[in-house]
Amino acid sequence: MLYKTPTYYEFKVERDDERCIRCQVCVRQCSYNSTFYNAEEDRIFNIDANCVGCHRCDTYCPTDCITIKRVGENFKENANWNSWAIRNINKQANTGGILLTGMGSDRPHRIYWDHIVVDASQVTNPSIDPLREPMELKTYLGRKPDSIEIETLTRPHPNPLPKGEGVRGKGRGSEGITLKTKLAPQIELNIPIMFSAMSYGAINFNVCEALAMAAEKMGTYYNTGEGGLHKNLYKYGKNTIVQVASGRFGVHLDYLGVSAAVEIKIGQGAKPGIGGHLPGEKVTEEVSKTRMIPVGSDALSPAPHHDIYSIEDLRQLIYALKEATNYEKPVSVKIAAVHNAAAIASGIVRAGADIVALDGIRGSTGAAPVMIRDSVGIPTELALAQVDQRLRDEGIRNWASIVVAGGIRNSADVVKAIALGADAVYIATSALVAIGCTVCQKCYLGKCAWGITTNDPYLARRQNPELAAEKLVNLLTAWSREIKEMLGGMGLNAIESLRGNRERLRGMGLSDRELKILGLKHAGEGM
Amino acid sequence: MKIVYPKEEVCMACRLCEVACITEHSKSKDTLKAYKKENPAPLSRTLVEEIFPGLSVSVMCRHCSDAPCIEACFTSAMHRLALSEVEGKPDGRVIVNEPKCVGCWMCIMACPFGVIKRNQYIGEGQGDNPLNPPLLRGKGKGQEIKVKLSSKCDLCPDRSIPACVEACPNKALVHEERN
Ligand code: SF4
Ligand code: SF4
Ligand code: SF4
Ligand code: SF4
Ligand code: SF4
Repeated sequence: MLYKTPTYYEFKVERDDERCIRCQVCVRQCSYNSTFYNAEEDRIFNIDANCVGCHRCDTYCPTDCITIKRVGENFKENANWNSWAIRNINKQANTGGILLTGMGSDRPHRIYWDHIVVDASQVTNPSIDPLREPMELKTYLGRKPDSIEIETLTRPHPNPLPKGEGVRGKGRGSEGITLKTKLAPQIELNIPIMFSAMSYGAINFNVCEALAMAAEKMGTYYNTGEGGLHKNLYKYGKNTIVQVASGRFGVHLDYLGVSAAVEIKIGQGAKPGIGGHLPGEKVTEEVSKTRMIPVGSDALSPAPHHDIYSIEDLRQLIYALKEATNYEKPVSVKIAAVHNAAAIASGIVRAGADIVALDGIRGSTGAAPVMIRDSVGIPTELALAQVDQRLRDEGIRNWASIVVAGGIRNSADVVKAIALGADAVYIATSALVAIGCTVCQKCYLGKCAWGITTNDPYLARRQNPELAAEKLVNLLTAWSREIKEMLGGMGLNAIESLRGNRERLRGMGLSDRELKILGLKHAGEGM
Repeated sequence: MKIVYPKEEVCMACRLCEVACITEHSKSKDTLKAYKKENPAPLSRTLVEEIFPGLSVSVMCRHCSDAPCIEACFTSAMHRLALSEVEGKPDGRVIVNEPKCVGCWMCIMACPFGVIKRNQYIGEGQGDNPLNPPLLRGKGKGQEIKVKLSSKCDLCPDRSIPACVEACPNKALVHEERN
């Protein structure tokens, strides 16, 4: 268009003028300056080149008269020089910059979840109806002992047993069982799904609060990411996992003290090997206080932790954090799924981590270079299977729980992840989609029209924490119902029985090598 | 009594409450017709006040217990409803009895919240129709005359949940009783 560097626009906004009432709802909702009202003509117009296809305007148009169309995909057909390749070069030729993007990779990497099917009971073992029978999704994350010692007590006992100490039945002669082994700290999840790390700054306060409220309501956890914890959210501390990342933003004793667990972030699936960068414009007064950095300064987290150059160094940090939290909280270590994930995870567990979190190549981010997001790392499914297997082979699987992240889109993915060896999953994109995100991938611009990845007060108000929390609670409730149905179908009444139970999974359309890595039989092979 | 309260901290200035109010107060109750066809064009009884950046609030009548507009109205067009016209239950909303309104705008002067609007349009006179506002009675049938009426939130008498409350996508309007 006129006075603009040539760019190939991606979307065309069409408006049925007969239905448009000029209410300008669309104009106010578009945060990318694509939509405007011309008073002289009394008409709404669009600058198509500015449209990012976020679907905010058409969702809120009261007369449903807007259609967002994809255009510019009709370059001359070419499997090699497709529109993705052409657009990328065009952008770089115009700017000379690293291509940036948001959210997880959109490249057609194989999604292994979609090549895995789940078993069900037929005739020889009965399925269970979760509406009639109890179904347990409760999960404990943390180190489990190698063996346990229990003490059986028979009444009368010199000291009456305190309540809840495992006494079955009441009265004289009844037997009580107490655990003699001292357990490592655990966190208790009512459903094996937690909200993955998203930092305050990358997402705004309202979204953080919604995640915290939903986690509290559902009896699970949300993760602060590396942005520190706003004082007003301390009240959700018992449902908060606080992160300690390479930038150490907002890490202090109260931050650790108020949390339920601490997570050391080594890497992130969307950008393994590189650090983070929160642009100065996003560092508002409140973000600055929480992160403990000056207003308007860029928040740069280095690629490595400058005090961790080996597993031994990691051990020091793990124990420093355990020491700081009185050995009362599990410490998690999060890594990006990379080629050597299994060996690294083994080292992490041996270094004393209570939880290992794995984040795969489809994991999301607020901002990452396109080339890194799309080309670095491995799918989380493969890493999960390998890590679980390795820890089993080494006899240390019980030393730590595994949490998997990076591409969990529905409850079936959760079921498959758990059967593949995960104790719980982290979701982030799914949670944001639940509160409106349309995965337009423009988070790095900080202008999210859905009010999620923006600190602009005008936009952030689009997320009403109560309403957003309600949606998140609905999502988790729906998923937990579905998980119970699937478990029941397999004749299981507890998620515990599915954990690492790969016999209940089969691969579909996978090569022998892929099946071997996943530790699965092919569909059609019996027990 | 239950009225509509705005929650400015989550109002996102979309103004869909206004669209809903206009639709609800149109003859057809159809958004397209309300905006495009109806004459006189229905008015919104709520107004979204915006102070950029990032502050907006939808303001409509508070149905005050000591309503200054009622006191100011010399034709008693502005009055408090004792019984709900629909359900016959005790009410308390402050509404305009249009056939009595002479368009003097005294209520507008008196309202401390500035939520009463001028509804002015050129319309056809109804001759001796007793439902005409007093100043227009007797004005010739078929003649184009200027109609002036006060217009304000009536809490949507035809609905259990007010239109604006139901339309607000961010729950920035709540219909509740507060003391
Ligand atoms: S929101 Fe819809 S009806 Fe309103 S101005 Fe935009 S296109 Fe027209
Ligand atoms: S709101 Fe989103 S989809 Fe609509 S015009 Fe703006 S950028 Fe495009
Ligand atoms: S968070 Fe916002 S900017 Fe990012 S992908 Fe979702 S809708 Fe787009
Ligand atoms: S509909 Fe709700 S959010 Fe939109 S302007 Fe009205 S009160 Fe504000
Ligand atoms: S309650 Fe009804 S009349 Fe009052 S502002 Fe809302 S929609 Fe309009």
